[in-house]
Amino acid sequence: MVQFLSPEGDVRVPAQWAEYGEHLKSLTEADYLKFYREMARCRRFDNEATALQRQGQLGLWIPAIGQEAAQIGSGFAVGPNDHIFPSYREHGVAITHDIDLMSILKMLRGVNHGGWNPDETRFHLYAIVLGTQVLHATGYAMGVKFDGKVGTGNLDEDLAVISYFGDGATAEGDVSESFLFAAINHAPIVFFCQNNQWAISSRVTNQTKVPLYQRGAGFGVPGIRIDGNDVLASYAVTKKHMNDAREGAGPFMIEALTYRIGAHTTSDDPTKYRDDEEVAYWKARDPLDRLEKFLRKNGINQDFFDQVAHDGEVLSEEIRKATFALGNPPIETMFQHVYSQQHPLIDEQMAWLKNYEESFGGEA
Amino acid sequence: MSNSVELPIAKAINAGLREAMRKDPKVLLFGEDIAELGGVFRVTEGLHAEFGPGRVQNSPIAESGIIGTSIGLAMRGYRPVAEIQFDGFIFPAFNQIVTQLAKLQNRSEGYLQMPVVIRVPVGGGIGAVEHHSESPEAYFAHTAGLRVVSPSNPNDAYWMIQQAIESTDPVLFFEPKRRYWQKGPVNLDGASSSLHQARVIRQGTDVTLVAYGQMVTVALQAAEFAQEEGRSIEVIDMRSISPIDFATIIESVKKTGRLVVAHEDSTFVSVSSEIAARVSELAFYHLEAPVIRVGGFDVPYPPAKLEELFLPDADRILDAVDRVLAF
Repeated sequence: MVQFLSPEGDVRVPAQWAEYGEHLKSLTEADYLKFYREMARCRRFDNEATALQRQGQLGLWIPAIGQEAAQIGSGFAVGPNDHIFPSYREHGVAITHDIDLMSILKMLRGVNHGGWNPDETRFHLYAIVLGTQVLHATGYAMGVKFDGKVGTGNLDEDLAVISYFGDGATAEGDVSESFLFAAINHAPIVFFCQNNQWAISSRVTNQTKVPLYQRGAGFGVPGIRIDGNDVLASYAVTKKHMNDAREGAGPFMIEALTYRIGAHTTSDDPTKYRDDEEVAYWKARDPLDRLEKFLRKNGINQDFFDQVAHDGEVLSEEIRKATFALGNPPIETMFQHVYSQQHPLIDEQMAWLKNYEESFGGEA
Repeated sequence: MSNSVELPIAKAINAGLREAMRKDPKVLLFGEDIAELGGVFRVTEGLHAEFGPGRVQNSPIAESGIIGTSIGLAMRGYRPVAEIQFDGFIFPAFNQIVTQLAKLQNRSEGYLQMPVVIRVPVGGGIGAVEHHSESPEAYFAHTAGLRVVSPSNPNDAYWMIQQAIESTDPVLFFEPKRRYWQKGPVNLDGASSSLHQARVIRQGTDVTLVAYGQMVTVALQAAEFAQEEGRSIEVIDMRSISPIDFATIIESVKKTGRLVVAHEDSTFVSVSSEIAARVSELAFYHLEAPVIRVGGFDVPYPPAKLEELFLPDADRILDAVDRVLAF
C-alpha cells in the first residue's frame, strides 16, 4: 500500500515508491495549504448539508466524511483537459473542479437531477445507478483514443479520463465490462476505486474475495492500493497514472483504501451493523488530522487554521442562505430535455398540466 | 421513381448505413460479429472492408458494455450505431438503455445529447431457438427519452436508418428479421416521410388495420383476402412505435369506424393496448365496434414447432376483422 503521510503527520517516501514520490517534489507549501483548505471546505460543506437535511431542507444527504484525502488529492492530480466521471459521493472531487456546490444541494433537495455542464466542467454528472458511469468513462476514453488525443506528446491536447466508483460498485457487471473494454481498446483511463469498506450495511468482504486493486488484473488492467486517507499518496499516484494514461500506457486501477466515517446517507443508521471500536480506529486515521499534524510540524501557524475555520463559517452561512432561497422548479422542468426535438406526447401532457394548474386560478 | 433500385431489407439497411457513414465520419458501428463477418444476418457486410476497423468494430460479447461505452462515445461527440445480435440478447443492456441512455439528456438539462442508434433484429418466424424470436419493443416504448421505430420494407429501411442516425435522441431501430430478404424498390432520391410518420399503405373504407414491422406483410395479405370477400380494409404501417403518429390512425378510424391492431408481441400491456386506449379516448363517437387486438399470446415465445400458432397470421387478423364488423 502506497503511503507517504503517516497518521502521525510524518512524510516518508519508501524506496519502492520513489517513482510516485517524484510527483511530490513539485508541490509547494501553497499546494499543501490548498490541499488542507479544500479538504476542510469539503468537510464543512458535508456537515452543513447534513444539518440542512436534518432541518428538512434537503431530501437526502450523502456524506463523504473520511474520504476527503482520496478525493481532493486525486482531484487535484487531474490534468486541465482530463475528464472526470464521478459516482455520487464525490463532493471533494467536485470542489477541485469548481463545481458550484449549490448544484449538488439542488439535486439532493429535489430541484433537479444534476444539471451542470459536463463538457465545460469536465466533471460529469453524478450517477446513482452503481457502476453505470464507469462504462461511460470507458467509452469516453475510447473516443479520446479514436480522436488520436493520446500519446502525441502535445500536452495541450492529450487527455485521459478518470472514473470514480466505490467498493460496492465493483460487484456490478458494468465495472468488469469497463475493465474489459478499456483493456482491449488500450483506452486512456484510470479507474479510481474508493474502498470505504461499506456498501450501505454490507462489508467489502461481501463484494470481493480478492483485494480490489487486483480486480482488473484478469482483464489486463494493472492496479495498486494506496492509503486513501493520505492526500499525498492520492495526489502522487493519481498524477503518475493519469500522466501515463495520457501518454498511452492504457488503463490502470487505483484502490484508495479509506473509510466511510459517516452513514451511507442520512437515511442510514450504521450503528445497526458496525461497532464503535471500528469507527474509532478509523477516526484516529482521519485524513484531515494527519495533514494538520504535518502542517503544524512544518511551521504552519495557528493563523492559517483560524482562517480555514473562519472560511468554513462563511461557506456554511452562504450555503444555508442559498438553500433557503431555492424555490421549486417550474412545471416545464419536468417536460424539458426529455427529447431534443418536439415530441407530441410530451407537448400534449405539458400543455394539459399547465392548463389544469391554471384552472385553480394560480393558487395551485 | 427516377432513381430506384431493387433491394432486400438487409441490403437496404446496409446501403443506408453506408450512406450515413460516408456523410459523417463520427458514425461508428459496434456489435458482436459485425466486422469481417458482417453480422449474423450480414446487415453490415462489406462495411468493415470499406470503412476500416476503426469505424466498424467487433465488440466483446457484453451488451451492457456495448451500450454503456456507446453512451461515453456519444458524450465525446461520436454517433455510435450498436447492433444487438438478437432481440432476446438486449436485456443485459436494459439498465444502460433505460437508466442512462434515455435519461442523460434530461438529467443534464440538455447539456448532453445522446445520438445513439441501437439496431435490433426483431420478431419470430425463423425457426430459431429460444431468445431469438422476441418482440421487446414495448419495454422501450414505455421509457421516456427513447425513440422507437421499425421499418417494414426496403425503402423505409434505407431511409429510416439514416434518419435514426441523424436524430439527436437515442433510437431503438427494430429490424424485421423474418423479412430481411424480402425485396422491394428503394428510391435513392429522397425520403418520402419523416422518421415518426405513420403511412396509409392501402386505402379502404370498412376497417382500419394497424401494424408495424414484420406484421405489415401479414396485414397486407389479410387485406387482400378480405378484398376477395368484398371487404375494404385500410392498412396503416405505423413505422414509429414511439412516438406514435396518432393523427394518421385517428383520421382513418374516423372514416372506417372500426380498428384492428396487429403485432407479434404479446398483447398484454403492449403497443396495441396503448393504441386501443388512445383511440377510445380520441375517437370514441366514431367507433362502431370495440378495438380488437391481434398479437402473440401472453406466454414465453414458444419452441419453433409451435411458433406459427403463436404468431398472428392473415386468418387470425381476418377473424378480428369479422368480429369488428359483427357490431
